[in-house]
Amino acid sequence: MHEDIVLSGFGGQGVMFAGQLLAYAGLREGKHVAWVPSYGPEMRGGTAHVTVVVSDEEIGSLIVAHPTVAVVMNLPSFERFVPAVKPGGLLIVNSSLIAETVDRDDILTLRVPANDISLELGNDRLANMVMVGALLASRPVVSKESVVESLKKILPERRQRLLEINEQAMQRGIECSSPSRSSAQLTD
Amino acid sequence: MKVERTEIESRQSWREEIVYQRPKALSTTRTHYCPGCTHGIIHRLIAEVIDELGIMEQTIGVFPVGCAVFGYDYFNFDASEAAHGRAPAVATGIKRIYPDKMVFTYQGDGDLAAIGTTEIVHAAARGENITTIFVNNAIYGMTGGQMAPTTLPGQRTTSTWQGRDVAIAGHPVKVSEMLATQDGAVYIARTAVNSPANVNRAKGAIKKAFKVQQAKLGFALVEVLSACPVGWGLAPKEALVWITEHMIPSYPLGEFKATDEVKAIVG
Amino acid sequence: MESKVLMKGNEAIGEGAIRAGCQAYFGYPITPQTELLEYMSHWMIELGRVFVQAESEIAAINMCYGAAAAGARVMTSSSSPGISLKQEGISYMAGAELPCVIVNVVRGGPGLGNIAPAQGDYFQATKGGGHGDYRLLVLAPASVQEAMDLTSLAFDLADKYRNPVMLLADGLIGQVMEPVHLHDWTPQFVAKPWALTGAAGREKNVIKSIYLQPEKMEPHVQHLQRKYAQMRSDEVRYAEMMVADADIVLVAYGTASRVCQTALKLARSEGLRVGLFRPISLFPFPIQQISDLAKSAKMFLVAELSSGQMVEDVRLAAAGKVPVHLVSRLGGMQLTPEEVLVAIKELGGNEGGAN
Repeated sequence: MHEDIVLSGFGGQGVMFAGQLLAYAGLREGKHVAWVPSYGPEMRGGTAHVTVVVSDEEIGSLIVAHPTVAVVMNLPSFERFVPAVKPGGLLIVNSSLIAETVDRDDILTLRVPANDISLELGNDRLANMVMVGALLASRPVVSKESVVESLKKILPERRQRLLEINEQAMQRGIECSSPSRSSAQLTD
Repeated sequence: MKVERTEIESRQSWREEIVYQRPKALSTTRTHYCPGCTHGIIHRLIAEVIDELGIMEQTIGVFPVGCAVFGYDYFNFDASEAAHGRAPAVATGIKRIYPDKMVFTYQGDGDLAAIGTTEIVHAAARGENITTIFVNNAIYGMTGGQMAPTTLPGQRTTSTWQGRDVAIAGHPVKVSEMLATQDGAVYIARTAVNSPANVNRAKGAIKKAFKVQQAKLGFALVEVLSACPVGWGLAPKEALVWITEHMIPSYPLGEFKATDEVKAIVG
Repeated sequence: MESKVLMKGNEAIGEGAIRAGCQAYFGYPITPQTELLEYMSHWMIELGRVFVQAESEIAAINMCYGAAAAGARVMTSSSSPGISLKQEGISYMAGAELPCVIVNVVRGGPGLGNIAPAQGDYFQATKGGGHGDYRLLVLAPASVQEAMDLTSLAFDLADKYRNPVMLLADGLIGQVMEPVHLHDWTPQFVAKPWALTGAAGREKNVIKSIYLQPEKMEPHVQHLQRKYAQMRSDEVRYAEMMVADADIVLVAYGTASRVCQTALKLARSEGLRVGLFRPISLFPFPIQQISDLAKSAKMFLVAELSSGQMVEDVRLAAAGKVPVHLVSRLGGMQLTPEEVLVAIKELGGNEGGAN
């Protein structure tokens, strides 16, 4: 198993945090992991992205031109990463904010209304966790339990009360990835 | 013979009272300073103060580039050379490692007020607990008499042939006035070594500045107006008069800052 | 499960310094190394050690000079433009024989350049940078773990040789988070009878780099050269991957070596005999090892995030025995494994060797 996962979105959409969760979860499972952020001015309000590499083998390149999975949270991210995804790879689109359709037939696309689900849960900051859930259901790079344990570890003390709602958001994401759910739409 | 000498010694015993000798902190190395240069006086004042405070074994001096670059040879305590202008940063490094040692910098005007302006302002702003002896002779001595940041308007140097034209070369930097505005600076004084009375006052200020450090009160600086007869093109005695007539009117003497705490502890 | 923690390279460097007994850190913010300054601001003060955010990189290196002169283990860090500012102090420290660890998290240049990872400071680090006849010991980490380990080692080496040691990382190594095993470093402290501690009960000590008479300066510089010669014989560090049967040996350090590691796997999966040689010490450079490889390999392919700086040292070491090629990206652009693979194939790697 070797996945190069890109998560991308506006600053504040929590892609860096979601990436850290995956990396911590991978570490917890004894896998090789690397969390490679975009940094600097990009992080100040623009579109930020992070690459998370999870592998059973020692990780070589930290530069990933063609991710096996791209999680795109906003339109600029969609435009940047749709062409980059490796053939046979997975694209997870935040359909709450991105109406555009994918013009590639060599990748798997999963549309998840992450912001809508987040709002349904009564908190507008959970879209990233919904996307993490959708990712885990489609590509089980790490287990849900590991993500939850990692969440416990990296949420600051004062935010621990948010653990449950984060878990719920992730669960909703997992359910989304099932083709039987109407809120998700699988195309290939 | 022996008896005779004892008699002489006993008869002349009043002569044995030492009124003047080389301070322990001053080494016997012959200085390289030009005739009439007053660096030597200032060195001696520092050495006397260090002797009187009994701090020679705790003192570390920092001597950056300039005429006093060989200062480390002229004293009997630990010393470091420093790059041009960087003495306050070097002294900061030493003092942070040894907060109980007495750390001072000995800087000229080019060093402190031109290339090292940043370092001195920030050492003062941090309230770095060091002492700075700032020797202002209004010229670059070591390189042969070019304009310094403290060169007076109209003053001739080898890089201001017609005299410093403020329209071209700007205005002198008033270091003591400037540093006195920094909250971290607790004692700032300007003195001169152009007369015996002023030499004594300079020594008093230097002593205060070291006591300020001993009492861990903050940053202290003593500016000393100093003669550079060779750089100024004057005889040594004329140079002392030039300090009186030209430098002091532009660089008034006195204490620019002594916080209440300083006054309470060192007077 | 091995007990590892996820850390950014910049933080791991800070932790490596703290574990090696770093007593004072002086720095100035600049991307992409600022997390290191922040990490030190927290932990050095927490541990009762010295931390000062200096007014400039110049002041920071001179504070290091002072603290090192006082005998402390000291570190400063910056990124390319800031390291240029430190060169004056680095030269003085080399001249005055002061141990210090200097971290350069390299970014794209020249000039203000950009903040992307790059390797354009190789010449500056290994060939001088500042003025005068001196060398730094230069170590280049290729992972977060190595960033921590080499930082700790750098402190021991700086003390051992009374010489500044540079950790030459790059923006990617600084920013990436990887699992790190937190080592228990036993610092190799050495006595420093030369340090400025106040001349109590001994002759005074003087720290200086000035020797006005050339007759005195020459023996001093010769003494420095003897130290560099000892480094050349004792401190060469490198890693190899599948070089034994390799026709093409990739040579790369830091981030570029990670790219090559993946390129090597891609090449091997296609049956191409490719190996990887990774210098860890850039000064001293592994001249002998490359010279030996030149006997078995058909060519070298150097991969750098610069217009080709280390390639000159590889050419010197190969001494014309085999061709030395370069694949590179500039200005903060990143090499990909695919690009390196293309270069391998263009060089005849697809035919199992050079022509």
